[in-house]
Amino acid sequence: MADQAHAQRDGLAVDHHFENADQQYQSAKLGMWVFLGTEILFFGGLFVAYSVYRANHPEIFIFGHHFLDKNLGALNTVILICSSLTAAWAVRAAQLRQIGMLKLMILLTILCALGFMGVKSVEYNGKWKHGLLWAGQYDPHLEDHGETSHDIIGEEIAAEADAEIVTEEMVVEASPALPAADPDRSTIAPAAEGPAGLAVEDPAAAEDTGVEVEPANAQTYFSIYFLLTGLHGIHVLGGIGAFIWLLLCARRGDFDSGHFTRVDMVALYWHLVDLIWIYLFLLLYLI
Amino acid sequence: MSEHDSSVVHVSSVRLLLIVWVALMIGTWLTVSASNIDLGFLNIWVGLAIATAKALLVGLYYMHLRWDKPFNSFVFLGAFFFLLLFIGFAMMDSAHYQPNLIPGYSPGMGD
Repeated sequence: MADQAHAQRDGLAVDHHFENADQQYQSAKLGMWVFLGTEILFFGGLFVAYSVYRANHPEIFIFGHHFLDKNLGALNTVILICSSLTAAWAVRAAQLRQIGMLKLMILLTILCALGFMGVKSVEYNGKWKHGLLWAGQYDPHLEDHGETSHDIIGEEIAAEADAEIVTEEMVVEASPALPAADPDRSTIAPAAEGPAGLAVEDPAAAEDTGVEVEPANAQTYFSIYFLLTGLHGIHVLGGIGAFIWLLLCARRGDFDSGHFTRVDMVALYWHLVDLIWIYLFLLLYLI
Repeated sequence: MSEHDSSVVHVSSVRLLLIVWVALMIGTWLTVSASNIDLGFLNIWVGLAIATAKALLVGLYYMHLRWDKPFNSFVFLGAFFFLLLFIGFAMMDSAHYQPNLIPGYSPGMGD
């Protein structure tokens, strides 16, 4: 290990199973691209869930996205694009052995990533306070909106409150109606005793307020929202860790020799995180 | 650059990095503005087109794919190909059974 570290400082570290430094670098890069491919497929399952639910129940997504702040989403997009710029610049600096510049760019990237997580935590906090959570935890209550900095537009709160009242009435009326479903279609007893499918959307009311009445299964939107942004957020945290590691490497002088493979690989990962966010911002915030 | 053959490794100029950054910013502004105009079913496709253009910029320039060995692009695009198959078949399947669902009746769901 010590020998290897020393050799890398001399710019001569080629493991014995590689022909030369270039082949070693290209292999690392190919491995990284394969990893990024698996990352796409990792997120892919959630994108499938999104596509299928949105295609079949667009009203849930239209309703849910009113509770996301487009401005905060756009701010996070801008932050991530800036961090991609600094990450790409860090690779350039490492290639040209501009160690001071490299450290500065890594630091800026970490700051952007922390900024992203900060904005994200403000958003999550708002959702948490209003009970806009996933699946069974979904329990919207917006009465305490005055205390929070998260700005949900006033009329939406009114619409949400109306929807809640409708929902409660429906629960009472709905229960006796349930056995009407054809028992021959399934032998499993109906578990859905909530307002599923019964909170009828009124297009006229929607036009008046500009906001839709809460559709059935609105929690699905928040489940998908939290899974997608949560998985992405975990990747951002991982990226912060990787950049801190790079900063330590740079301080130790690992990149003095023009060895930049590590910087390049971490930057590739970071660009992928940015790339996924570009789609998440569009698909979750800008419906 | 002792470790890397300079003919293989591409160093991006600061100018290029900044141009791509400006283009990405304009792209973000475009997506947000496009989402504010009601284009009906076209909205999502316009948004996806802009997002894909941004993704291409990031991939080609920031991720160096333009100067990389084409095989890396092939591997990456392969993942997207399989993702499209996954999404396509899942959507086709669910579209087929959707008409047979009984409204308000979802065994195994809830609670």
